Amino acid sequence: MLVLVVDSSTPAVIAALAQVTAAGVEVRAQRCAVDARAHGELLAPQVDAVLADVGVRPSALGAIVAGLGPGPFTGLRVGLVTAATMGQALGVPTYGVCSLDAVGFPAAAGEPVLAATDARRREIYWAVYDGAGQRVVGPEVSAPAVAAARARDLAVVAAVGDGAHRYAATLELPVADEPRYPMPVALARLAAARIAAGAPDEPLTPLYLRRPDAVAAAGRKSVLP
Amino acid sequence: MADEPLVLGIETSCDETGVGVVRGHTLLADALASSVEQHARFGGVVPEVASRAHLEAIVPTMNRALAEAGVTLADVDAIAVTSGPGLAGALLVGVAAAKGYAVAAEKPVYGVNHLAAHVAVDTLEHGPLPEPAIALLVSGGHSSLLLVDDLAHGVTPLGATIDDAAGEAFDKVARLLGLPFPGGPYIDREARAGDPAAIAFPRGLTAAKDLAAHRYDFSFSGLKTAVARWVERRQRAGEPIPVADVAASFQEAVCDVLIGKALDACRSSGVQTLVIGGGVAANSRLRAMAEQRAAKYDIRVRTPRPKLCTDNGAMVAALGSHLVAAGVAPSCLDLPADSAMPLTTVSVTGEEQT
Ligand SMILES: [Zn+2]
Repeated sequence: MLVLVVDSSTPAVIAALAQVTAAGVEVRAQRCAVDARAHGELLAPQVDAVLADVGVRPSALGAIVAGLGPGPFTGLRVGLVTAATMGQALGVPTYGVCSLDAVGFPAAAGEPVLAATDARRREIYWAVYDGAGQRVVGPEVSAPAVAAARARDLAVVAAVGDGAHRYAATLELPVADEPRYPMPVALARLAAARIAAGAPDEPLTPLYLRRPDAVAAAGRKSVLP
Repeated sequence: MADEPLVLGIETSCDETGVGVVRGHTLLADALASSVEQHARFGGVVPEVASRAHLEAIVPTMNRALAEAGVTLADVDAIAVTSGPGLAGALLVGVAAAKGYAVAAEKPVYGVNHLAAHVAVDTLEHGPLPEPAIALLVSGGHSSLLLVDDLAHGVTPLGATIDDAAGEAFDKVARLLGLPFPGGPYIDREARAGDPAAIAFPRGLTAAKDLAAHRYDFSFSGLKTAVARWVERRQRAGEPIPVADVAASFQEAVCDVLIGKALDACRSSGVQTLVIGGGVAANSRLRAMAEQRAAKYDIRVRTPRPKLCTDNGAMVAALGSHLVAAGVAPSCLDLPADSAMPLTTVSVTGEEQT
């Protein structure tokens, strides 16, 4: 089955087409542009481009997989609303995957790893994966030092992801070069069992992890001296 | 007529998720989901709260609109979406949604101006708009006076608020009087029992010295402060606040300025048609005063019914339908959300993008 994969939880705007069969997952086309401020402009043309690369019309899609974040909200929503509306228009199921899993799962090689992406405000979105790539802690958002302390407790041997590069000094862990951003093949693989089983459509609820910045209206200030 | 364009419209510029379906000038569906209650305790729209609500609401609202209109995405000729002006994060959800539908259903997408859409919605009620027309657009987010020469290609901004939007002033005065958010409907209701001449509140930018530079501009910040002062003085003196009189006198001042300037624009441009839109256009005194005063100059006032005045998807679909009929080129898929989209841009055409 041909599956569209999108992720906009990091500065990397990702669209890919993956062939998901009993034999496994094969990425047929992918586009990735790194621009933290242009998710809205970039994603739809990239979806169009991967369809053209493979030479199929949208009606050839059998399912859509989207990275649920966590990630900066405005960009994250672009991927999720694109996936949800396309799923609705095509009448195909949508499946969500924690975006950090598509960084931590492919990085796991027998020992625990910390996967981190940039959460701005001097914080990271992070999770810890065991040697087999299973998430054991997270996703959470916190200062890099907090994540570093948890990682030490869990005997983590390496860090991975864009957020790990940015805060390598604080994390005090060797940082793997790749993957820096969610890998399309991993997103597809993490949803493959659901796709193969024809699992029901999932609502694509973002992993915000933070409440909106808003303060209830305070008492009014006097205008008289 | 079956050969008229069937257009979907998506609106997410503020706190309403709207999806409308229009064929030509006929409204087929107008589905709306509002996050207004979620903003009430903050006394104003919280952008992130609005954006989250749009993401949750867009798919169900689209389903309702399609069902109400009895059409499918495959049937439509084009998808129009508000691409600006408005709240950046909120606009982005609608623009990305429109592109998702456009890519999946292989339809053209039109990124349109929210204010031009407020003008276009009147065509659903009163048919094609005579051009040129003057448009007065007043809401919680905007207060503008426009010369509409050609709704498909360009409008000319004449003036706008230099501080608060008219609707914002309604919200702030309502809060001052202990009335709920959004304030417009509550002020309108209270004012019916009040005397509009009870208190002489100021009319911003109407003095001779202001008219030279700001003939068609508005200012409501001074009025808001004047109301606050008046109310506070009463409170300090331990006297009761005559809520109905304050509401009526405040409303009268706002309407007087809005209608006065709009009719001045009509007369000085020799225009016989005034279109009023935006949430404040639902105000009963504004509508009545416009009719009354315009009649003196043989100016025809066109005001859509209140539900079409506030933000909705039908207005976007109405403008989209007008653009398709006029042969305007659609937008490209790299269409951005533009929170500061200029009024002179009615729609973002593909040619401009390259
Ligand atoms: Zn509006």
